[in-house]
Amino acid sequence: MKKRQNVTIKGTKDGIVLHLDDSCSYEDLKKELDDKLSANQTTEGERHLTPVKVDVGNRYLSDAQREEIKNLIRQKKNLVVDDIESNVVTRAEVDKLRAENEVVTVSRIIRSGQVLEVPGDLLLIGDVNPGGTVVAGGNIFIMGTLKGIAHAGVFGNDQAVISASSMQPSQLRISDCINRAPDNAQKTEKREMECAYIDDNHQIIVDRLQVLINLRPNLNRFEGGH
Amino acid sequence: MGEAIVITSGKGGVGKTTTSANIGTALALQGKKVCLVDTDIGLRNLDVVMGLENRIIYDLVDVVEGRCKIHQALVKDKRFEDLLYLLPAAQTVDKSAVTPEQMHKLINELKQDYDYIIIDCPAGIEQGFQNAIAGADRAIVVTTPEVSAVRDADRIIGLLEKAKTVESPKLVINRIRNHMMKSGDMLDVDEITTHLSIELIGIVADDEEVIKASNHGEPIALNPNSKASIAYRNIARRILGESIPLQPLEDKNKSVFGKIKQFFGVR
Repeated sequence: MKKRQNVTIKGTKDGIVLHLDDSCSYEDLKKELDDKLSANQTTEGERHLTPVKVDVGNRYLSDAQREEIKNLIRQKKNLVVDDIESNVVTRAEVDKLRAENEVVTVSRIIRSGQVLEVPGDLLLIGDVNPGGTVVAGGNIFIMGTLKGIAHAGVFGNDQAVISASSMQPSQLRISDCINRAPDNAQKTEKREMECAYIDDNHQIIVDRLQVLINLRPNLNRFEGGH
Repeated sequence: MGEAIVITSGKGGVGKTTTSANIGTALALQGKKVCLVDTDIGLRNLDVVMGLENRIIYDLVDVVEGRCKIHQALVKDKRFEDLLYLLPAAQTVDKSAVTPEQMHKLINELKQDYDYIIIDCPAGIEQGFQNAIAGADRAIVVTTPEVSAVRDADRIIGLLEKAKTVESPKLVINRIRNHMMKSGDMLDVDEITTHLSIELIGIVADDEEVIKASNHGEPIALNPNSKASIAYRNIARRILGESIPLQPLEDKNKSVFGKIKQFFGVR
C-alpha cells in the first residue's frame, strides 16, 4: 500500500499552496516537508522569491511551530511563506477576538474618579462627568454627554472613533493621539451629535457625526438587506 | 427600628455640619426622636454649632472602646423634651481610632432607640468617610453652586453608589445666591441636578442668619422666620416622606423653577 502523502504542493490561481496533512505527527510532517523540498531543489541561480501559502487543515500550530515551519520552507527553496492557515484556534484567542469585536453596553453615569475600561467597542447609555474616564480598545459611542476623558483605540487602533450626543470633553484620546478642549471654550456653543477621529495628519478632528459614513466605512457591520 | 442618614459632601466647608445640625433639629421639631452623631474625629464641631460643647463628658471613641455606655456619652439637647441627642466626636485622637465595623455596630445599636440617626461626615474620602457611611441607610450629599464642590459631590456619589450599602443619595444645594445664579456667575440649580442626576431634596439660600445662629450655638431651624430655616424644615419633612414643592428663591423665576419642579416630579 502506498503511503499517503503528508505534504502536497498545489498550484492554484492564488499561487502555490502547501497542504500539510493534519493526521500525522508534527515530527513526521516536518521530516517529510524537509525531504520533499530538498528533493525538488533546483539549481537555479535566480534569486526570485515566490510567495506560498501554507494550509495546515485541522492542526493547531503554536507560535514557535509556525516559526519553525516558516524557516524550514524559507531555507530550502526560493519560497517565502505568505500566510499559514489553520482551521483551529485556541479558546483564549477566540475569547480575545470576541471581546475585541463586542460592543459592550453600559448604562450608568461615569462620575469623577471612575474609570470604565472595555476591550472592544463601548456603548455608554449615560454621561461621562468631568474627572471620569472611559477607555475602549475599539470605538466609543456615548448616548449622553461627554465631559470627562474618552480614550478610544487604546491598543493602537488609529481607525477608532469617539462619538457623543453632546461633546464637551476635557480630553479626547485616540490611539496615541491626544487632544484637549481649548482653554477659552465657549459654553454657549452647541456641540451635539459629534464625532472625533484621527485624520491623515495624525491629528484628532471633531466633526459632525455624519462624516464618519464616508471616513470609516468599516463601522458598518450590517450585512445583507437592501 | 430607626433610620441612619449620613450627611456628606467630599469637599470641606460646604455646610455638612450646619446641615446635619439643622436637619436633626427640624426632625426633632416634627416630633421625631433624633440622635446626631459627629464622626469628624479630631476636628469635631457639631457640638459647637448645637451649643452643647460644655456638656460633653464622654465621646464616640470612649463608647467604641468600651470606657462608657452609649447613653452616658449622649448629650441631651435641653431645648427639646427628650427628642434630640448628640453623640460627640473625640477631639484628642484621629480618624483611625475607629473602624467601619465598630461604627456599623454603634449605629445599629442607636437605631434601636431613635427614629433618625443623623451622621455628620468629615470632609475627604478616606477612613473618616468610610466610617461615616458604614452604618448609614440613606445619604444626603451637600453641595454649593461652585464647580469644585459639584465635582467633589460627583466623586462622593460615585463612591456611595459603589459602596451599595446606602440607597440612592439625595442632594441638598446649599448657599444659593439668587442674584449670582440669575446673572450666570454661579451654576444654577438645574445645571447641578442634571449634572449629578440624583434626586434634589432641598435648596438652601445663602443667609447671614445661618452664620449668626451657628456662632450662638442655636441651629437656624429653631428660628421660624428665616428663609434658611424654612428650607431646612422642608428638607426634614421631605425626609419624612411628605411631598413639598421647592420654595421659590427670592423672586419667582418661572423658567428655572418650572424645570426643577418638572425634574422633581418626573423622578
